[in-house]
Amino acid sequence: MTLAVGHPGFMSPSGVEIAFVLVGIATLGAALVTVTTRQLVHAALWLVVALGGLAIEYLLLTAEFIAWVQVLIYVGSVVVLLLFGLMLTRAPIGRSPDADSGNGWVALAVAVAAAATLVWVVVDAFRSTWIDLGGAAQGSTKVTGTVLFRHWVLPFEALSVLLLAALVGAIVLSKQGAPARRAASAKLGALSGLGALSKRKTGES
Amino acid sequence: MHLAYPAVLAVLLFCVGLYGVLARRNAILVLMSVELMLNAVNLNLVAFDVWLRDTLHAGQALTLFTITIAAAEIGIGLAIVLLVYRNRGTSDVDKLTDLADTGTLPDAGSASIAPPTDNPADTAAEQALRAREQTA
Repeated sequence: MTLAVGHPGFMSPSGVEIAFVLVGIATLGAALVTVTTRQLVHAALWLVVALGGLAIEYLLLTAEFIAWVQVLIYVGSVVVLLLFGLMLTRAPIGRSPDADSGNGWVALAVAVAAAATLVWVVVDAFRSTWIDLGGAAQGSTKVTGTVLFRHWVLPFEALSVLLLAALVGAIVLSKQGAPARRAASAKLGALSGLGALSKRKTGES
Repeated sequence: MHLAYPAVLAVLLFCVGLYGVLARRNAILVLMSVELMLNAVNLNLVAFDVWLRDTLHAGQALTLFTITIAAAEIGIGLAIVLLVYRNRGTSDVDKLTDLADTGTLPDAGSASIAPPTDNPADTAAEQALRAREQTA
């Protein structure tokens, strides 16, 4: 950790800083398109760009294991899940006029106010803080693995239980619709005098 | 590298996600904006971990945990959205107002207002039952 003494100024950026800022601008632009576009599938695809840009930022910060986990989990599975969700809710291909709700201006005001406040605080606090990226990589797979399985084993195991619970919960939620609908249709059939038909149906199933 | 660069980028990404959560109407787009906010926090964790040179690498471990929890959250969230879509025919968060406080008391005398249920078919069945009881 190096403090304010003798750090380079903002006017003479190093190569890694230039790369970080360029990738950061691309990431921010992709994120902005993600939250403003009216084409739902395009929003998911721009989210891929934003998350991939963040993976590059992790690489520039020498956290390579996090970067590859980001690519594997976010770009690989979360975006695919989101696309499946869009398709299963029959999202329209092309422009959908009701993608945004009516309170866009309120949301914009809140977001701009939060951004201004937080940027002011962060810049004021960390204006002269310098990250030393030299030396051995901070987040290589070896370092991360050693730390994770030496100091963080118990949270890691608890997290695997949480993942299992989430998996079971998702399956239960997805399976819930079919029996409820069958029971409802059976009740409706019995009410309208078609009890024999519904009994035959339930007997079949 | 200046710590201000990743910190400012994280702040801006978080606020973009905040705008998305507040302004979007489709539930899946809201989930995407939540993912952006979580990623902004992850970037902060990694940057501060690298800055502090923590021997426990708490920032990177917490980032891995956040990524896992985000994956669990997106799985459960999409299952709920699909269930809502199957029951209501919409994934529009502005239309899911059964629990909203409309400011008017429900009229106890009128039997025409059916109580909200999870299943529209169930509502139809209850209404048919009530109509049959009234005619009998």
